[in-house]
Amino acid sequence: MSGPTTRHACKPGDYKSELKPIWCPGCGDYHVLMSFTRAFAQLGLPSENIAVVSGIGCSSRIPAYTNCYGFHGVHGRSLALAAGLKVTRPDLTVIVASGDGDGYSIGGNHFLHACRRNIDMTYVVMDNRIYGMTKGQPSPTTEPEFDTALTPGGTGVAPFHPLVVALASGANFIARCFSGAPNETADILAEAIRHPGFSFVEVLSPCVTFRPDEKDWKEMVRPASVPETSDQGKAARRLMTDDGFNIGILYRGHRPPLQPAIGGAGVELSELEKDFEL
Amino acid sequence: MSKSSEQPKISNLNDLLAVAYQIENDAVERYKVLADQMDAHNNTELVKIFRDLARAEEIHGEEIRRLAGDFDVVSHARQIARFGRVGSPEEAEIDDAHYLMTPWHALQLSLAGEERALAYFTRIVETAKDPRVKALAEELVEEEAEHVNLVHRLLRRYPKPSESWADDPDPPASQE
Repeated sequence: MSGPTTRHACKPGDYKSELKPIWCPGCGDYHVLMSFTRAFAQLGLPSENIAVVSGIGCSSRIPAYTNCYGFHGVHGRSLALAAGLKVTRPDLTVIVASGDGDGYSIGGNHFLHACRRNIDMTYVVMDNRIYGMTKGQPSPTTEPEFDTALTPGGTGVAPFHPLVVALASGANFIARCFSGAPNETADILAEAIRHPGFSFVEVLSPCVTFRPDEKDWKEMVRPASVPETSDQGKAARRLMTDDGFNIGILYRGHRPPLQPAIGGAGVELSELEKDFEL
Repeated sequence: MSKSSEQPKISNLNDLLAVAYQIENDAVERYKVLADQMDAHNNTELVKIFRDLARAEEIHGEEIRRLAGDFDVVSHARQIARFGRVGSPEEAEIDDAHYLMTPWHALQLSLAGEERALAYFTRIVETAKDPRVKALAEELVEEEAEHVNLVHRLLRRYPKPSESWADDPDPPASQE
């Protein structure tokens, strides 16, 4: 984590904006918002030193509900925006918020390369296995047997395994949380923010409107039965056999984060623009 | 998910005051979130109920602060009153909210919270070694029991709605 060295005494409520969330009542994203503000308070971060960057979708509304700097960006491009921000402003704590559609489909390619680059930021994907904002289309993490009017007989497509992909692509910290346990999620988010490099946190966040079956997740999630590892081989075996409901920090790597030098060539933007003048 | 192991450690009277304060404060925050949710979905009757519940819990929190006298119960609560995965006992279950929920549903959430708080303080009475902690916990048990009774009395005014309470002629779930 870059940024302030002094802790500020803040309450979680200090990080909330005046704007009231318009998610469906019962949505897991309310809990994720609570976890964000509790993690920021736990770390004592001044809100003006935090930037929350998002793409498009229900989960991507989250920057507006915090009083940190925010950027509600283009669909699937939150990681690209956030990488640019972190490289030019390494003093900021950069949090990227996304959903399973925005992050794994439209933004899937950015996800791979963000893991590979290992820039010091925290990527939180609120996974509800559905496109909620556009009324219930299957996403990359939807189960093949998901049978609705839009997917008669199920999708028939094997779901994407985000944690395995993150590990194979080089993410430096991998965790899974459940939105219904906001204190635990806040603790894991705080750890992810503290850990240098690209931290990936998948939060299982039920969509109560289009996936009411996900209310059962409360009974299905469990703390991971084995401790976190720094061994990529062990982590790979664990994640490949994981059923998607083990909660906790699953991998903590030690790759040094990428922080390219800024302005090292001494070239001003105006000089670069000259090449493009008509 | 197993939630039993994570509770704040109560070693003395100040710890119990801080935890009791935090429990009320967490309940206030949760009711405010629920009121805002109902506000966003134009369920005005529920907005009022959740705001009233928040205010009631706020008054309980203020009473605990007064009881603590000069002791800074708020700061101490921030340090020790962490419930981890278990969640704060009196917080209403946010995932049980629905945009068409009725006063009966709101009071069921409240009743469940009060009953959890009652069970929590009862456990402290049963396990406390410090007589002063035990005495205060007994008072808190009495209060929570009274709150449980109060919610039961309120429920007489709001009977259980019909099975069709969530029927919406223009539902958001277009896939059904």
